Amino acid sequence: MTEARAHLLEEQFDTLEQQHESCVQGMWLFLATEVLFFGGLIFSYIVYRYQYPREFMAGSHHLLMPLGAANTGVLLCSSLSMALAVRAAQSGQRGKLIFFLLLTMALGAAFLSIKGVEYATDWREGLVPGEHFMFASPDPQLDGRKVELFFYLYFAMTSLHAIHMLIGIGVLTVLTVLAWRRRFSPEKYTAVEVAGLYWHFVDIVWIFLFPLLYLIGHH
Amino acid sequence: MITAAERVNDDPPHPRSFVESGYNVKSWLFTIDHKRIGILYLISITFFFFIGGLAAVIIRLQLMTPTGNLVSSETYNKLFTTHGVIMVWFFLIPSIPNTLGNFLVPLMIGARDLAFPRLNLASWYIFMAGSTLTLASIVLGGVDTGWTFYPPYSSIFSNSYVMLAVIGIFINGFSSILTGLNFIITIHRMRAPGMTWSRLPLFIWSLYSTSMVMVLATPVLAITLALVGLERVFHIGIFNPALGGDPLLFQHLFWFYSHPAVYIMILPAMGVASELITCFARKPPFGYYFIAASSIAIGVLGFLVWGHHMFVSGQSMYGGVVFSFLSYMVAIPSAIKVFNWTATLHKGSVAWDTPMLYAMGFIGLFTIGGLTGLFLAALGLDIHVHDTYFVIAHFHYIMVGGAVMGYLGGIHYWWPKMTGRLYPEWWGRFSALMIFVGFNLTFFPQFILGYLGMPRRYHSYPTEFQVYHVMSTAGASILALGYLLPLTYLLWSLKYGPRAGKNPWGATGLEWQAESPPVTHNFELTPIVSEEPYTYVTGEQQVD
Repeated sequence: MTEARAHLLEEQFDTLEQQHESCVQGMWLFLATEVLFFGGLIFSYIVYRYQYPREFMAGSHHLLMPLGAANTGVLLCSSLSMALAVRAAQSGQRGKLIFFLLLTMALGAAFLSIKGVEYATDWREGLVPGEHFMFASPDPQLDGRKVELFFYLYFAMTSLHAIHMLIGIGVLTVLTVLAWRRRFSPEKYTAVEVAGLYWHFVDIVWIFLFPLLYLIGHH
Repeated sequence: MITAAERVNDDPPHPRSFVESGYNVKSWLFTIDHKRIGILYLISITFFFFIGGLAAVIIRLQLMTPTGNLVSSETYNKLFTTHGVIMVWFFLIPSIPNTLGNFLVPLMIGARDLAFPRLNLASWYIFMAGSTLTLASIVLGGVDTGWTFYPPYSSIFSNSYVMLAVIGIFINGFSSILTGLNFIITIHRMRAPGMTWSRLPLFIWSLYSTSMVMVLATPVLAITLALVGLERVFHIGIFNPALGGDPLLFQHLFWFYSHPAVYIMILPAMGVASELITCFARKPPFGYYFIAASSIAIGVLGFLVWGHHMFVSGQSMYGGVVFSFLSYMVAIPSAIKVFNWTATLHKGSVAWDTPMLYAMGFIGLFTIGGLTGLFLAALGLDIHVHDTYFVIAHFHYIMVGGAVMGYLGGIHYWWPKMTGRLYPEWWGRFSALMIFVGFNLTFFPQFILGYLGMPRRYHSYPTEFQVYHVMSTAGASILALGYLLPLTYLLWSLKYGPRAGKNPWGATGLEWQAESPPVTHNFELTPIVSEEPYTYVTGEQQVD
């Protein structure tokens, strides 16, 4: 190994390949824990949707489907941009890397803004569970309490997802600063790749949340 | 004893050990050396062990008399919750993995450190943050829900510091996850040349399985406790039947973590036992592959048996039948281990050093704990003994008789490696025996109590049970002394114990090729492994 590469290697590793592989595998394993973290919520969702299908459908109709769909598009674009950022890091194109990192963050921020608009509308309509929850039921047979359960799960799942988005944007901010300071090279871009994996994961979570929450009952 | 053979009396010039690499507080609190982090964990969990133990002492004193005049019923509830929460999350789960595992995983596979040393330190800080919050909840006034936090009691009715305790446990979960993740990647990627999977020490196999459970089960506990917390704060009823929720859902999610968590506690102890028995029988383990594979099998099956905690909670009867059957399945890999350990002893030259005494205690007590587990996995019998002292006795045989005996055996075995000092052997054997006697006197009467119908978590009881409770309390006093003795003589040995050489037990394994205590990066040169594990010379050919 040349002197120039030696300083990229942490003491515990023998080769850069070993270091890179360890970090990537570590992130995959971390994402496995995330699957189970969200899994607890999705499991609860499945249980209650199975028990109260009509209430869940009624709740779902009150969500702003067009905004959710737009957000799905925004996130898919952000994943493309993230993938291009990783490619740019791999091929050592610093300008492109910074551009795509900024674009990914911008799309992430757009997602959060649209989500914020949705939350604000939900709040005004009294759909936030708790003391102020108001659900004008079109059908007297529907139990408002159970619709509230739908909204509880909706807020728990989407806000946990939003927290993950915020963390992702924070990580990308750090990466952008590092890229600006020329810390990445075709030999050392592991951090960008690992952050990319995380970003794609958060995107995929939304791909599951969108149909589960917004699309039930829309035939 | 082999100990004298390699003892070094006069110090030859040697490279600085990890202990000598820095003496100030900063060198410990900002270390990324896996060995130092292991020691930090050792100190922290020892502290929590004695806090949890103190709660147990007060519980046992209270139960000396049928009316229990020592503490109020409310305080009693807080005491058993404290005991459970502290012992499960802040002692047993981190015990072997985070102390011995942290110290030994890189040494045993011939690596310089774990794959992610900074993450390892972060994991200790997360542990300290979580444990401090939970400890604060206890100091402020305690929690009275029991360690299981069943809603709706925990989410609506309890007026104690549930939130603080739950947040502490939630945070602590990430320490478990990060440690498990670190171990798995280290075992995959950092093995020395020639250290193939089939040459891995059995302790590493068991920790690999443990880490998988930590990584995959803990997130479910985290999200479940988060839901309980949200329900408590916002009064929304995901687990509250009055609001359309289902408390049974909590129990499913909770035990999906907490049953595998039992294997987080026992699997590492099984790994320690495998190392000790091989070393002190001077024989390669009987059925290496079966012992290794049974660790993985226990980890996998552990995820499929959670429903046996809920036989009488109103879950589906057919679910109960399946969970009962799967719980019986766990007995197969467990029995494979017990039989293989026993067969390893056969025709071995068995030496009764302190670690071996613990290992023998472990086999016996784990077997009793495991077999009584089968009683509880039987649908019919469980109706009679569920939520009684039978359950208490059963899981203490696994967690104290199994996990703590394994932990203490491991601490004694690797103490010379960790500190470079030998402890007084006579005191070691004496306290091992004392712990064994004290343990059985404490918990065996509880099997009888439970079978006769004494329910768990009660602060008072009918007078006919008193004789068993008095026996149990007497045993607990012996047990408590038995735990204080190692604390004393191990600390004493740090200064006055004779120096241990590299390999005081004449054991195989890469960790015994390193200095005692090892240098900061463990090995001067990365070792190259060229032979099978546990190449002890057997039978009459043995050269002593």
